[in-house]
Parts: sequence; structure tokens; C-alpha cells
Amino acid sequence: MMEPSEAALPEEPVATHEEITFKTDLSQTRPSEDPQDLDAAVRVERFSSWYGDFQALQALSFVIPENRITAFIGPSGCGKSTLLRWINRMNDLVPSARAEGVLELHGTDLLSSQADVVDLRRRVGMVFQKPNPFPKSIYDNVAFGPRLHRKLSRSETDDLVEQSLNDAALWDEVKDRLKASALSLSGGQQQRLCIARAVACGPEILLMDEPCSALDPKSTAAIENLMATLRQHYTIAIVTHNMQQAARTSDFTAFLYQGELIEFGATQQIFTKPEQRETENYITGRFG
Amino acid sequence: MTNPSANPTRPIPGRPRSKTAQRVRERLIQAGLVGCALFSILITASIVVILAAEAIQFFRLDEVSITEFFFGTEWSPLLGAEKHFGIWPLICGTLLVTAVAMSVALPLGLITAVYLSEYAPPRLRAVLKPTLEVLAGIPTVVFGFFALTVITPGLISLHEGFEIYNAFSAGIAVGIMCLPIVTSLTEDALQAVPRALRAGAFGLGATRFEVSVKIVLPAALSGIVAAFLLAIARAVGETMIVALAAGSSPNMTLDPRESVQTMTGYMVQIFLGDASNYGPEYLSSYAVAFMLFVMTFGITVIGQKIRKRFREVYQ
Ligand SMILES: Nc1ncnc2c1ncn2[C@@H]1O[C@H](COP(=O)(O)OP(=O)(O)OP(=O)(O)O)[C@@H](O)[C@H]1O
Ligand SMILES: [Mg+2]
Repeated sequence: MMEPSEAALPEEPVATHEEITFKTDLSQTRPSEDPQDLDAAVRVERFSSWYGDFQALQALSFVIPENRITAFIGPSGCGKSTLLRWINRMNDLVPSARAEGVLELHGTDLLSSQADVVDLRRRVGMVFQKPNPFPKSIYDNVAFGPRLHRKLSRSETDDLVEQSLNDAALWDEVKDRLKASALSLSGGQQQRLCIARAVACGPEILLMDEPCSALDPKSTAAIENLMATLRQHYTIAIVTHNMQQAARTSDFTAFLYQGELIEFGATQQIFTKPEQRETENYITGRFG
Repeated sequence: MTNPSANPTRPIPGRPRSKTAQRVRERLIQAGLVGCALFSILITASIVVILAAEAIQFFRLDEVSITEFFFGTEWSPLLGAEKHFGIWPLICGTLLVTAVAMSVALPLGLITAVYLSEYAPPRLRAVLKPTLEVLAGIPTVVFGFFALTVITPGLISLHEGFEIYNAFSAGIAVGIMCLPIVTSLTEDALQAVPRALRAGAFGLGATRFEVSVKIVLPAALSGIVAAFLLAIARAVGETMIVALAAGSSPNMTLDPRESVQTMTGYMVQIFLGDASNYGPEYLSSYAVAFMLFVMTFGITVIGQKIRKRFREVYQ
């Protein structure tokens, strides 16, 4: 009889020998811009939000600039996900959540009770922390969103699926098995599928809540490279706990702490000469 | 594994437990578990064997022919000079009642489950779900009574064609009886679909209805099918309601207004009536029971197959 203590130990993770390249490093290649000079995709003004009596966000004011990548950083529980969930009204599903102030997407009031929530969510793509493909084929995952909102012919759908998968840098890997279940993909591929799925609806802004936290370095690199490409057509807001990732990928960085916006500025400036003491402490890892 | 040269660790209080005692205890527990499992398998197996043995005896009788039993359309073991043992009228009665029951229970149960799982506010759900489970505990004789005293008179007042004992009334009562299980199991299947899938679909701009129908229902399909098949198996095997409300005339009919006899109904009639303990009518009930066993067994097997086929693995 085998003693439990002699059961095989889990194997050491095998280091991948493939080279991991992070092509993007915006902080090195792009000059700092002033967010005020750019068009605003999302305008946030004196925006506060509550869960019951608990105030999760305190009078935030800033803009998310068009066609740029904005990173949201801050310690756990500071309200980053809450902010993203307001931008696509996912907080409608939380009965205790309410908000005050101004939150606009290209001039549309996102908080109005008259707003067409379904249309708003179509205009705002969301990528979640854990990949959550539907248990359907790869093709049907991508076509799901567009089919909800438009009548599409077969060939239009085919084209849209191909284009979205291309946008998400996944087409070459899956073009021969579009009918296979999305659950047969690897975690990194699933996350890119979720990006393709969001992109297929033609969103004006793409929200990503820690999109790489469940992924290995190689898939992370793939997604970061992808963000650099998507940046040409989309506005991206990304939440990340990875300081290098924020520094590498984003044009602008917002630092939130206990529901307050401590600092917002060009990523290069935030990471090289932050104006606030808390920001410096956080990005250098002295607290968080 | 122990390495004496490793960092000296903090001593832990107490004496080491006896390894032998631990091993003996594990062995005993294992033996006990195996014993219990064997016991229930044995009981089930012996039931099947007894059923089969008695059924074989039935087929050995001179008055009985196997071909007639499986293909005959007349079942008259008690009346008349000539006895006929063709099982189709009983199967027909069973299927008729089951069909009526399922056309009540499945759609209603599915809709209720979707409402409870996807639409109902959490507080309402917390009240409704346990209530349903209480309903599932009502003895079936109550439903039989209900069929006879409420449903049948109601049906007759609506339409004169209904007989006093009829398949429709019994079917409705069986359906109502099955409703709580269908709802409860289907709701469990819907709840097992990860929240993240719903969030993903809402995030793409799907309405609550689209999320329910296009994401949650397909993802829960295997569980829903399993719930449905369990309900069908229960309806096929339901005895008390049909014995009370469906009648005891083995008619070869598909008209639910007529009186029928189901397989279970026949068995009740034989075992409760004053049929002898060895005559052909007595033995015939074993043959019928064996057929019933094969049918419900078949449904279960199909259910398992479908479950496996449609099971999606999350994560
Ligand atoms: N549904 C909810 N109900 C009540 N309070 C909530 C809810 N969701 C979040 N909160 C609270 O709001 C605050 C902000 O939460 P949020 O999820 O936005 O943090 P976060 O910055 O995304 O953290 P993390 O980095 O850990 O994801 C936390 O204190 C959290 O406890
Ligand atoms: Mg979060």
C-alpha cells in the first residue's frame, strides 16, 4: 500500500525557454503629452460612488484621452474595478451601488437612468480578470455580441469574426478550428478571444481589469503587444497590479488610493518624477 | 524527506500518534465503507434477479406467449373466458399519462427555474426555493385525491367527453407532483453556471433575457436534461396518483379523456386485489414490473449519456 507521504510531489514548473519579447515600451518611445490637449473619450468629474453606506470612490475628476492607453494603479480595494464597472454600468447588477457626479462617454451621460444600458454596454468593451469565454465555439464567441445588436448575413459575420480575431492577434492560431469549443484554447488564447469578442462589437473604449493576472509571461507579452496595436483604433483603460506593465504599456497613469485620485499624468512622468509622495511610495513598492 | 541538517525547527508539543493504530483505523473504516457499498449493490441486484426469475416463470406458463406479451394489443388477465397478455395497452396508458404530465411539468418547471435563478430578487428566491422543496415532500396520495376530487370534476364541467377516471386528470396531477423536482433541479443547474459567463454576456450588451436564453440555458443544458429525465422516470413509475385517478381499464388508446391503466396501476390492482399468489395474473405483474424496470433503466442510461455528451468543463 502506498503511504500518502510518498505520493509524488507536484513537478517543478518547467521554465519556458522561448524568448519572451515585450515589443512595447511606450514610456521610452513616446514623448509625454498633456492629457488636456487630447480629445476625451471618457470625462469624469466630481464622481463619487457608494456601496450602501461605504464610499468606494471620492469625487474623482479626470479624463481618459481618446486613442491612448490609460493605466489605473493602486493598492487592492482602492476602487479601480468599481470605476471600470461604472463605465460599462455593470454596477447596475449590484443593488447597493449608487453614484453621483459626472461620467460621460463621448458626451453621453453614463449615469442617467434614461440611458439605454444595452447600447452603452455595446459601446464599452470589457475584458475581465479571468478569461471567461462562453462554452460555445470560437466563432460563436466572437459573433455573439454583434449578433445581439445587428442583423448580419453569413458572409458579413465571417468577415467580422476574421477581422476581430485578427485584431486580437489570434486568427492565425485558430483559423483552422473556428468551430472548436472556446474552452479548448489555452488561458492566454482564451483571454485574446475575450478581447476579440469585445472588439467585435465595435466599442469606443476597451476596459481591461487585470487582464493578464491569470496568464504566463508569454501570453502577457502577447496581450501587451496586442494593446499597442489596438491603440491605433481604440481607447483603452487597463487596471493592473504590475508596475512594469503599467510603465511599459500605457500613455497615461492614474494612481488611486482609498477611493481618491492621488495623481493622474503621463506615464513617463508618474514613473520617473511623481509629484505626490504616496505615488512614489506605491510605485517603488514601499507600501501597497 | 526529513533532513536533520536543515534549520532546527521549533519543537511541537505532544507525543507522536501511533502509526499502527492509525493504519488499523483506516483499514476498518475502509472495510466498513466497502461493506455498505456491497450491501446496497447486493440488494439492488437481488431485486433484479427476483423480478427476472418470476418474469421467466410467467413466460413458461402455457397460457402465455412471449410474442403476444411484447406485441399484443389486448390486456385482459382477469376478465373473460380467454385471458390475453399483450402489454401494449399498459405501456400506452403509462406513456399517455407521462406525456400529459411532462407537458405540464417541463415547460412550467423550466420557466419557473429561469425566473428563480435569473430574474427573482435574492430575497424572494430565498423564500421560494425552500417552499418548492417542501412541495416535493407532499405524499403522492394527496395529489391522487386532488386529481379525483378537483381536477376531474373541473375537466368534466369544461368538457363532457371526460370519463370519471381519465388519463388527462391523472397526468396533470403527476405533472404537478413533478413540478417541484423539475424546478429545483433545473434551478440548481442554472445556478451552477459561473457568474463570470453572465458578466461577460451583460458586458457585451445582452439583455437579461438574452443572457438567460443564449448563455445560461445552453451552458446548463446537461443538468437540465438530467432533471427532465429524472422527472420522466418518476412520472413513469408514479403509482398512487394513477391508481386513484386514471382508472383500471387497460385501453389501447391515445385519447387522454378515456380511462386507462398504467403498468404501475396494474401491479397495484394485482397485489391489493384478491388474485391468487401463483396464477398467471399474479405472475404477469412481475413481467410488467420487469418491463417497467427496463424502461426507467433505459431513461437513466440515456440521461447519463446525454449528460456526458453535453457536459462542458469550466476551468
Ligand atoms: N459588490 C460590492 N458590495 C460592497 N462593497 C464592494 C462591492 N464591490 C467592491 N466593494 C468594495 O469597494 C471597494 C473597492 O473595490 P474594488 O473592487 O473597486 O477594488 P479594486 O481597486 O479593484 O481592488 P483589487 O485590486 O483587489 O481588484 C473595496 O473596499 C470593496 O470592498
Ligand atoms: Mg479589482
